[in-house]
Amino acid sequence: MTTSNATLEPSTLEQKQPKRRKTNFFRANHGDSKFKRLIIHLILIGYCIISVYPLLRIFSVSLRPGNRVLSTDLSIIPPDATLENYRLVIYEQGLLQWIWNSLAVTITTAIIGVIIAATSAYAFSRFKFKGRSTLLIYLLTTQMIPTAMLMVPLYILAINLGLVGTYRGLVIAYAVTSVPFSIWILKGYYDTIPTELEEAAIIDGATPLQAFWKIILPLSTPALAITFLFNFSQSWNEYLIARVILGSNEAILTWPLGLNRLMGQYLVQWGQYNAGAILVSLPVMILFLSMSKYMISGLTLGSVKG
Amino acid sequence: MFDFDALIKSLSEVGSTILAVLLIVVILEAFLYLILVKWLKTKNALVYMLISPAILGLLVLQIYPLVWEGYISMTNMSLSHFFNFDFIGLRNYVRVFTEPVLKQVTFFPLFWRTLLWTFINVAFHVIGGMVLALLLNREMKLRGLYRMLIIIPWALPQVVAAMAWRGEFNYEYGWINIMLKQIGLQPVQWLTSPVPNFAAMCIVNIWLGIPFMTVILLGGLQSISGEYYEAAEMDGANNWQKFWKITLPLMKPIMSPAVILGTVWTFNTFNISFFINQYELESSDILVTALFRAAFQYNRYGFSAAFAFIIFFILLGYSTIFAKTTGALKGVKD
Repeated sequence: MTTSNATLEPSTLEQKQPKRRKTNFFRANHGDSKFKRLIIHLILIGYCIISVYPLLRIFSVSLRPGNRVLSTDLSIIPPDATLENYRLVIYEQGLLQWIWNSLAVTITTAIIGVIIAATSAYAFSRFKFKGRSTLLIYLLTTQMIPTAMLMVPLYILAINLGLVGTYRGLVIAYAVTSVPFSIWILKGYYDTIPTELEEAAIIDGATPLQAFWKIILPLSTPALAITFLFNFSQSWNEYLIARVILGSNEAILTWPLGLNRLMGQYLVQWGQYNAGAILVSLPVMILFLSMSKYMISGLTLGSVKG
Repeated sequence: MFDFDALIKSLSEVGSTILAVLLIVVILEAFLYLILVKWLKTKNALVYMLISPAILGLLVLQIYPLVWEGYISMTNMSLSHFFNFDFIGLRNYVRVFTEPVLKQVTFFPLFWRTLLWTFINVAFHVIGGMVLALLLNREMKLRGLYRMLIIIPWALPQVVAAMAWRGEFNYEYGWINIMLKQIGLQPVQWLTSPVPNFAAMCIVNIWLGIPFMTVILLGGLQSISGEYYEAAEMDGANNWQKFWKITLPLMKPIMSPAVILGTVWTFNTFNISFFINQYELESSDILVTALFRAAFQYNRYGFSAAFAFIIFFILLGYSTIFAKTTGALKGVKD
C-alpha cells in the first residue's frame, strides 16, 4: 500500500471497502510466496485427513464380511466388500425400531423445548422486569449442572411416578434440559432485531403479543431452526438419561442404547455396529453440515451478546 | 424388524404426553391471566405469561430435583436403605473427601485428573481451533471444502464417535496400532493400561472439540474489520504483532464465553471418558464418570448426591471467578 492512500477522499475509500471485505484479514499475506501458500494448504489437508479418516474407517469396517470383521487391513473399501452388515443390523437387530423410538422422543422434546424457549426469550429480550438478570444468570448456571447430578433425583422420581421404562418418562426428563441454552441463543437473536419494527406495529394498533407473533417470529425463522436443530441433536445423541430411565425395557431402546448393545463387553458385533453407526449418523451429519453456517452464527450471537 | 403394535403404542404415548404438556400450559396461562390481568391489573402481565412455562418446567424438572437431591445428600440413602433412610447431616460431604469414592480411588486424585483432563482438552481446542481458524480466514482455493471436512467430527454423534474410537483403540485390529507398527513403533495398550487409556480419552475429545472451536473463532475473525489491520500495516506492524495487539484483544468477547462454556462442557464430558474406559479402570475416571458409577453401580445415592453438589460448586466457583475477571457476563446487565 502506498502512502498516497492516506490522502484519498473518504468517499473513494468507502467505495473500495466492499470489494475488500472478504479478503481483509492479514491482507499482507496476499503477497505470500508460493511456498508459504503450499505449506498452508498442506497443513489444512493434513488436518482434513485427521478429521475424516476415523469416519472412513467406520465405513470401511461396516463393509467387511462377518468372518473378516477383525482384520489388520487398512484399505478403505475392503476387497470382499459386502452390505451384509447393513442387512443384519436392520433386519436382525431392529435398528429401524431404535431409530423410530429416538425420533418419537426427540421430535417431541425439540418441539416442546423450542416453543417454551421462543416465548420466554422474547420476554428476556424486550422487557425490563424484576428478577430478569437473576434469571438470566440462573439459566447460565444450569449449564454447570453435570447430567449425572440430576440423574439420581430424576431416577428416584421416575421410580416413584412409575415412569421408568416409558417414553413419557424420557420425554419429560429431556424436555427442559436444553431450554436454558435455547433461551440464550434466541434472546441473542431477538436482540439483533431493531425494536423500531415492533414500535411501528404497536403505533398502528397491534398488541405486543401480535407484534411478537407477526413480526419477531417470522424474522427469527433461521434462529428458530437452529434452536430446533440444537434441541434435536441434544436428545438425539443422549445416552446417559436414556440408559437410566428406559432401563432394560427392550422394546423402547433409543438408538444409542441399541447400538451400544452391539458393543457389549463380551459379545462384539463390530461390523454391524459400524453399519448401524453409518446409517444413524449420515442423515444427521448431512443436516448438520448443510445448516452449520446458521448454527454457528446462532451460537456465537448467543454467546457474544452475553 | 419392525413391530407395528409398538409403533402405535409409542405414538399414543408421545401424543398423550404432548397433549398433557399443552393442557398444563393452557391452564397455567389462563390462571396467570385471571390473576395478573383481571385481578391485579399488573402492567407487566405479558412478561410473566411469556416466561411462566419455562419457569414452571425448570422449577419442576430442575429446581425441585436439585432441592430434593440436597436433602438426599444429607441421608444415608442407598439400595439397601431405599425407603428407610436416615438423616445423617453433613456426614456425606465429609465422607467424599475421606473415603474412597469408588472401590479404591479417592476424591483428590479424581479432582486433579479432571483438572488435567479439562486443561489439556481446552488448551488443544483453543490453540488448534485458533490455528485452523487463522489458516481458513483467507482467500484461497478449496476453502469451503476444507471448512466442511474440518467440521465433520462435530456433526458426528458423540456416542458413535466414542464407540467407534474405542474399537479402533483395540490392541491388534485398531488402525492406530496398525499404523504405529507400520512406522516401526511399539503398539500401545490403549484400553488396558492407565496412562495410554487417559491419553486415548484426550485424543478422542480433542478430535471432537477442535471443529466447534474452529468455527466459533472463524466467525469471530470474520467480524473483525480490515481497517485495523490496514492501520497497523501502515505503522509497520508484523503479523505476530498484529495477532497479539489486534486479533486477540478483538476476539476476547467471543473467546471468553467460548472458553468458559468449553471448560464447563469438558469438565462435565461424560460419554468419552465413560466409553473409552471400556474396562472401567478407576485410573481413567474423571469426576462425572465417578459420580455416575458411585450412584448407579455402587448405588450409594446419598453419598453420590453430596459428591454431585461438591462438583457443582467447584464449577460454579470457577465460572464466577472467570466471568468476573474477563467481564464475560457484562451483557446480562443491559
